[in-house]
Amino acid sequence: MAAIADALTRVPVKASRGYWTGVVARLARDPTAMVALTIILVIVAAAILAPLIAPADPYKGSMIRRLRPIGFPGYPLGSDELGRDMLTRLIYGGRLSLFIGVAPVICAFVIGSSVGIFAGYLGGRINTLLMRIIDVFFAFPSVLLAIALSGALGAGIFNSIVSLTIVFVPQIARVAESVTTQIRSRDYVEAARISGAGPVTIVRVHVLGNVLGPIFVYATGLISVSMILASGLSFLGLGVKPPDPEWGLMLNTLRTAIYTQPLVAALPGVMIFLTSISFNLFSDGLRSAMEVKQ
Amino acid sequence: MSMIRESDRSRIATLAADPQDRGGPGTSLLSVRGLIKHFGRTAGLFSQRRSVVRAVDGIDFEVAKGETLGIVGESGCGKSTTARLIMQIIVPDAGDILFDGEEVGSHALSLGEFRQQAQMVFQDSYSSLNPRLTVEDTIAFGPRVHGLSRRTAIARAHDLLHRVGLEPSRFAGCYPHEISGGQRQRVNIARSLALEPRLLILDEAVSALDKSVEAQVLNLLLDLKEEFGLTFIFISHDLNVVRFMSDRVMVMYLGKVAEVGPAESILALPRHPYTQALLASMPSMDPDNRTQEAPVSGDPPNPINPPSGCRFHPRCKVVATLCAHSEPAPHDVGAGHLAACHLANPESGHPRLAAA
Amino acid sequence: MSAPMVDVQRLTVDFAVGAKTIRAAAGVDIEVEKGETLALLGESGSGKSVTLRALMRLHPKSARIGGAIRIDGRDVLKMTAAELSRYRGGIVSMVFQDPGLAFDPVYRVGDQIAEAVVRHTGVSFRAARARALELFERVRIPSPERRLDNYPHEMSGGMRQRAMIALALAYRPKVLLADEPTTALDATVQIQVLLLLRELQRELGLAVIFVTHDIGVAVEVADRIAVMYGGRIVELGPCAKIIRAPAHPYTQGLLMSRGDGTAKGGRLVAIPGSPPDLANLPPGCAFAPRCSRVIEECRKKVPAAVIIEPGHVACCVRAQPAEVFLQRSETFSCRTAGLIGADVRPDWRPHTTRRPS
Repeated sequence: MAAIADALTRVPVKASRGYWTGVVARLARDPTAMVALTIILVIVAAAILAPLIAPADPYKGSMIRRLRPIGFPGYPLGSDELGRDMLTRLIYGGRLSLFIGVAPVICAFVIGSSVGIFAGYLGGRINTLLMRIIDVFFAFPSVLLAIALSGALGAGIFNSIVSLTIVFVPQIARVAESVTTQIRSRDYVEAARISGAGPVTIVRVHVLGNVLGPIFVYATGLISVSMILASGLSFLGLGVKPPDPEWGLMLNTLRTAIYTQPLVAALPGVMIFLTSISFNLFSDGLRSAMEVKQ
Repeated sequence: MSMIRESDRSRIATLAADPQDRGGPGTSLLSVRGLIKHFGRTAGLFSQRRSVVRAVDGIDFEVAKGETLGIVGESGCGKSTTARLIMQIIVPDAGDILFDGEEVGSHALSLGEFRQQAQMVFQDSYSSLNPRLTVEDTIAFGPRVHGLSRRTAIARAHDLLHRVGLEPSRFAGCYPHEISGGQRQRVNIARSLALEPRLLILDEAVSALDKSVEAQVLNLLLDLKEEFGLTFIFISHDLNVVRFMSDRVMVMYLGKVAEVGPAESILALPRHPYTQALLASMPSMDPDNRTQEAPVSGDPPNPINPPSGCRFHPRCKVVATLCAHSEPAPHDVGAGHLAACHLANPESGHPRLAAA
Repeated sequence: MSAPMVDVQRLTVDFAVGAKTIRAAAGVDIEVEKGETLALLGESGSGKSVTLRALMRLHPKSARIGGAIRIDGRDVLKMTAAELSRYRGGIVSMVFQDPGLAFDPVYRVGDQIAEAVVRHTGVSFRAARARALELFERVRIPSPERRLDNYPHEMSGGMRQRAMIALALAYRPKVLLADEPTTALDATVQIQVLLLLRELQRELGLAVIFVTHDIGVAVEVADRIAVMYGGRIVELGPCAKIIRAPAHPYTQGLLMSRGDGTAKGGRLVAIPGSPPDLANLPPGCAFAPRCSRVIEECRKKVPAAVIIEPGHVACCVRAQPAEVFLQRSETFSCRTAGLIGADVRPDWRPHTTRRPS
């Protein structure tokens, strides 16, 4: 026996790495994900530091210098239909766009995961009941649902966040339920039940750690959808109200400038696109990094 | 049982010292009667014919204290379901399970108390371990659930790691994906011992391991059994391993017990044609004397619609008309060896008996 | 003397995993004649499956294959894509562990085999179906006409494995590669499939390379056994010699750890340690960390092949054939109880080899 123990200890064991350390390492080696992450960080940093780096006042317009093209002296990215500096508006706009894009996803993540994990762990009739209620929401396309809810609640930032949260909760709940159901049938969960642990302990110790990861990845993929929906709501006048800068709203107000200054009019759209695709690519990279299993 | 064998004598002496012992040396540690579990859809709205999987269809057996009962059988025989029924992971449809004379789940022995005294080791060493927990946290989980402080539980985990041959200073902080299959299975064994159980069910615990590692783990299990005075139920499809590990063997076929008895008796002189076929199906180790004819044809059937009468009769070489109509009850052929075959029962009326 | 049907020289297979390169096979030499079965015996990480798949070039392009593979006189590593698709199935065919891998679950089995035949030989679909029926009869599937119309999920494990063998034989290959085809099968089914493979090999004169981790299975099918460890062949010889007088410590350890005849209450003689990590192979003999007879020289460089007898080689500095016999075990000997009747043939036979004290 001692000889076997000896032989086993001679087997080299690498310094133990936690799961997330491994994920971060794999992520760092993925060029697409790293570029996407950089872009996200730059945009977020710009949004946070807006008062420090923006060249002008986002609300101050000038009737003479309306719709100037990109590169016009004093207006690096041109000016909008009320003569406000585009660069400033874009930087400040990032704040609201990101906020309205990310906040609903965070809320939906919390609510949806709770519902999904609860339903997934308990199984049986409760699961069926909850999931069929969730299914009702899937009958509505998300855009229409968001518009309908926003219309019902009224315009405004808070209301659009609420309506987007309601749109995303069913999707996250469904993913959460499916992942939880898979994990629940694993041997280590059965072993935990045999040890006499109660459901709350089992969920806390064994289920959460394994389930939140995939849900989180799905949620980061939803951020891009959320930003586009939020911008859409603002475009339709259901979200942010003028004169607050927000990319979707800017797209709306610059609509008619397509014919005169198409590049300037497209700028907010470019920002939405860039941010969305960065979140998407990062989410993809994160999923690949998390999928690798020994 | 008329004589107490020498090996039993020392075993009984050890048992007398066991503080958890309630029923005394004469009581079986585990006694199962009439265990039944069917899986199937309840009759739906359209009243279709239910397809019921008769996974376990009425089995009886006993496990004496300190012994190892080997359960063998092929796919569909219900051995894994039986393990889960005993552990109450799946709720039985019918049947009694008595642990040390007390019914599991009753007032005398609650499920929680039972779970502290009976544990299980699973086949897949990787999916039996939470990939997010370190080895020591996994082992300490059970004791902590039962109220031990973190420090005590971790100390016990380290002690168990040492006893299963994994040096705590190297392995305690490891994650499952960083260690090999054999080492993971040792961790699983250590975890199952953390609550100081009396009964350990090993459900194909070594089947997924490489042969060289399997031998190590089997030796470890025997050492631990002696050291902790454990009782084993050893489920396996590998007859060689079962022969080595078991005191008594139970052969299952399609949810029923085909044969049960002392290991030497069953494996040297099997009385049930299925057991004979199973033994004959083991590959020959003699290159000059290879198997020339398959002992039995066809695949093990599906437990959804088991054959009538004796379940083995469609594949049996000595089948008679009697076998399709009446299901043989296990018949005692001496020294605690029971075989559920009409041929084992001199009064069954099987034609071949008359010819003998 | 004609060249062997399968001639592999110094085969190496390297995989790039992240930043590291893993050498899954490190210098494997194999020769198999027509009508002969070679078993590749080894545990996980031994390189047996990797070697087998290299013979059909089933590895992804990122894998680097070195050495020479000549099968039926053709250089496999230099084949073009068109030649490869004729070669696979036509000269060399493979049977896998999981029968589900070979069949598409949404089509009937008979149609899939027939379609494969049509694609390869160009005959009509009806003729191809007839050939599929013929194949099913050859692999002894009961009620073959009915089974041709089954979907894969409607067949049991053993039946699916027979169907996969039928598919593998559809193009009349000369070499059959079997990658643990019976590992997932029950014992009673496994012996049927092994006997079938033996019979088919005799009838069709195939050269067979059979990968397994089970010694008993190797004994049942193989004429010669090659024991692999850490990506190399460590011992090679006729079946009887390997089983009765193995020379390499690893083979000896494997045979002794089976425990046939170990007394009740005793312990098995186990090989300590774990199978090697192919990413971190030690310099020198891969088995050195676990070997009971290791000396300093073993760790320095990989041992060369030592000829024990003509046809039996072992790669060990201290190779010594030990008479490792398995004890005559009455446990599995054949005896019929008087009650059963004298006309019933005993259903099992003795394991008749002995272990010296």
